[in-house]
Amino acid sequence: MQNPHQSSEISSRRKNFIIFFIVLVGLIFLARLFYIQIVDHRYKIFASSNIQRIITDYAARGLIYDRNGELLVFNEPYYDLMVIPGQVRQMDTLEFITLLGITHEQFVNRLQSARVYSRFRASVFERQISKNTYAVLQEKLFKYPGFYVQPRTLRKYPHPVAAHTFGYVGEAGPADIAREPYYRPGDYIGISGIERHYEEVLRGQKGTRIILVDALNRDIGSFQDGRYDTLAVAGTDLYASLDLELQLYGEKLMQNKRGSIVAIEPSTGEILALVSSPGYDPNLLVGRVRSQNYRMLQSDTLKPLFNRALMASYPPGSVFKVANFLIGLQEGGINLHSRYSCPGFYRSGGITVRCRSHPQPVNVVTGLQYSCNTFSCIQFRNTIELPKFESMQQALTTWRDHIVSMGFGVTFNSDLSHELPGQIGSADYYDRIYGPRGWRALTVISLAIGQGEIGTTPMQLANLAATVANRGYYYTPHVVKAIGQPDNLNPEFLTRNVTTIDSAHFEVMAQAMFETIESGTGRFSRMPDISMAGKTGTVQNPHGENHSAFIAFAPVDQPRIAISVIVENAGGGATWAAPITSLMIEKYINREVKRTWFEQRILDAAF
Amino acid sequence: MRPQFNFFKNVDKITIFLFFCLILIGWINVYSAEINENHRSIFDFSQSYGKQFVWIVTAIFIGIVIFTIDMKFFPAFAFIIFGGIMVLLVGVLFFGTTVNASKSWFHIGPVAIQPAEFAKYATALALARIIYDNKSKSRTLKDLFKPLLIISIPVLLIFLQNDTGTALVFAAFVIVLYREGFIPGWIIILGIFAVFLFVLTLLINEFIIIGALTGVSLIIAFFLRKKPSSVRQLLAIMLLINTYVYVVDYAYEEILQPHQKMRIAVLIDETVDRRGAGYNLHQSKIAIGSGGLTGKGFLQGTQTKFSFVPEQGTDFIFCTVGEEWGFVGSIVLIGLFLTLMVRLILLAERQRSVFSRVFGYSLVSIMFFHFLVNIGMTIGLVPVIGIPLPLVSYGGSALWAFTIFLFTFLKLDSRRLDLL
Repeated sequence: MQNPHQSSEISSRRKNFIIFFIVLVGLIFLARLFYIQIVDHRYKIFASSNIQRIITDYAARGLIYDRNGELLVFNEPYYDLMVIPGQVRQMDTLEFITLLGITHEQFVNRLQSARVYSRFRASVFERQISKNTYAVLQEKLFKYPGFYVQPRTLRKYPHPVAAHTFGYVGEAGPADIAREPYYRPGDYIGISGIERHYEEVLRGQKGTRIILVDALNRDIGSFQDGRYDTLAVAGTDLYASLDLELQLYGEKLMQNKRGSIVAIEPSTGEILALVSSPGYDPNLLVGRVRSQNYRMLQSDTLKPLFNRALMASYPPGSVFKVANFLIGLQEGGINLHSRYSCPGFYRSGGITVRCRSHPQPVNVVTGLQYSCNTFSCIQFRNTIELPKFESMQQALTTWRDHIVSMGFGVTFNSDLSHELPGQIGSADYYDRIYGPRGWRALTVISLAIGQGEIGTTPMQLANLAATVANRGYYYTPHVVKAIGQPDNLNPEFLTRNVTTIDSAHFEVMAQAMFETIESGTGRFSRMPDISMAGKTGTVQNPHGENHSAFIAFAPVDQPRIAISVIVENAGGGATWAAPITSLMIEKYINREVKRTWFEQRILDAAF
Repeated sequence: MRPQFNFFKNVDKITIFLFFCLILIGWINVYSAEINENHRSIFDFSQSYGKQFVWIVTAIFIGIVIFTIDMKFFPAFAFIIFGGIMVLLVGVLFFGTTVNASKSWFHIGPVAIQPAEFAKYATALALARIIYDNKSKSRTLKDLFKPLLIISIPVLLIFLQNDTGTALVFAAFVIVLYREGFIPGWIIILGIFAVFLFVLTLLINEFIIIGALTGVSLIIAFFLRKKPSSVRQLLAIMLLINTYVYVVDYAYEEILQPHQKMRIAVLIDETVDRRGAGYNLHQSKIAIGSGGLTGKGFLQGTQTKFSFVPEQGTDFIFCTVGEEWGFVGSIVLIGLFLTLMVRLILLAERQRSVFSRVFGYSLVSIMFFHFLVNIGMTIGLVPVIGIPLPLVSYGGSALWAFTIFLFTFLKLDSRRLDLL
């Protein structure tokens, strides 16, 4: 047995030894820390050579070519000056701000807002620095730790055309970032047009590199041999269905005029030309001048930003007789043998619709050929009042369904942005205005000649021409022909949309439209070597001079182009829209225009 | 009769103060190490610092609950608690999930619990009870059997989980056994000498050491040549040490696995494998070393922020302290730990109950081992072994376990005058 006194003495010695040992370890630690934190300066140098920088490699957006491989949209490199606030050290601010041409206040503010966003993530300090600034800055960058230059690309357009179709690119906003985490502040995203619809194809995949920079702001290699780096993948190229030459020619013809041209290849639905006049140079809406130019364009009274081809809703006027006659033939309101004489007006129940003088009597072909209002009203009324319809509502709904099947009153959901549906009067609509029993065929007789409660867009009218060209069906009009490779067709628009009208009736209308050009209202625009089928329209405009409208397709037997032209406040369809149409067709089919006097007349015109 | 609710009356205020200092320092540094720019609030529960706040609040709550428990509960239930935790350690082998190659976690909903952390506490209770029950008061190597058995059960189970780091922590009970007289002082000295020789062997070619030792022994033997028995003893010891040196070298070269060898190699030569095994250590030293005297300031660390240092919030939390608060911060943190440990030793020494004293020393020993290995590894004095810095590192299990450990002892201490 141990003696208790001795035991407590031993215990005390052991306690003291344990305390001594613990404190000794603590002191060894402190000595070691003193050495590495205060004496040895190598670690501070290591640390400053350990500054990581995450560089985003922005993928170049895909290029856009026309249907013949002509370049329409490409990328131009530029440089952003970036800052990582957490790495900014003491520096010669005066020299720096002089170099960039900014005030000291701007310098402080920008640094502050970058710091608010993140201390350790890069923010843009100065956007799109000039080449000269870049050259000077590159040499002096070592003096400004935390700053570096980030290469980016911007869209560039070799030809200042088709701005609405291309759309534009801008920085992803908070809503985009919230919707899709791929985007980070400063990333670009397609905002409208092709750029928007094909954003995921065009954008590619951005990459990230982590590099190490030393205390002098120099790149000293990749972090962990690039283990965490990802490669940027360039965006996919697109082949637009546009024909650059035709587009250029269309924009030239429309100079000093307001209106639009839509040209479609009927066999595919591919849009060959899409002109909205006045337009603007797409190069205006690029980079840091974009918002300023956008405001300028927005305040322009001629509304260049407004894409008339897709958004302007006009009463189609006589052009619409094509659709109405088709419905008459389909429903039995008229047939090929129906003949009526035209006294120069249509009068019934106190309503008078005027007509012009033309050969008599008229049938479905000559009715269209001479654009006879009387025949149009009679056939429309016959159709609506057919005994098989139990009510006005049923009759008008049947009529409207046929119209909608031809692409009116709805949007195509094509790859173009800001499409509008226009409007087609419905039974519900008239019920609301007149009450369920308050209206009859005569009330809505203006529909017969394409006026009244009816609004159609130029693209819908061009599609009507394409549908007649195809004798009864159409492909959704679209503007991107192929993705990646010229022969890799855009899979989105390969379905045929068949109308509710029999093909045989379309054949009749095609013939009537051909006669219209041969010897009818459109004979002034007849071409000796190309067979064209068309229909004139003069849109009554309560606000001023009538709009001139025309639809056509050519050649009649093997149609290669269907087209609609509207010239606002220009007057009759035969006078302006039809000649423009025929010039466009000549250009597309013959690749050159020989009728120079004819062309010059259009170029000189201004409305 | 004392009033029922003066639980806190005799509680040691200094320890409580140190406890709060450490968990606060831990929380702030976890925030700084792991800060996510998109979730800057320190209370953001999607981030580790927000979770740490929850762990801290719950830990304090558990501490208060422990204060309300009758002190007799702990010795009475020591073996039951120990048995329960051992069952969990077995269970985790079958139902646990694997994190960092160690199958030692239970995932219950969003919460992950590591039973091994609580095994230290349970083992301390059982060990205290065993020694308390040893009424003979004899303290020989023979009496070491039961305590060693208690310690070896969790060690074995934790080894099976492939969590070598946590298993090594149980070596700390040697300090308790030394204090209680089970292990004579010369064994401790011998152990320290063995470690010293071990490191020396790795630094210097083993044959130089063997040659030098032999040379010195022969010279001493020459002076002792009048006493043949001493010479024989001396030569026997020399032979033993030389054998040890040779075996250590052989073991290091042939038995240790390559990754274990590398962990030691990087300590000795810091230029070894900076991108591989030496990477953690090198980056950790850069972070701490670049802190300088006063550090870069709160949230201003560049090394820990850019994930150069791995496991910043957990095992390498000291890097953030060293980088952002500098040498001054290091002194404060190490000072707090030393004060806490010495304070706990003094508290343990004033216990009248053997149970409480052994339990107190167990707490100090475990805490010291964590302190030694965790800080030691970040500054390159100890091989990298993944165990947390008590009360400071991010992690719920360790924080809870140490809180329960500490508050149980404070409870025992507050009732030290009651007879157990």
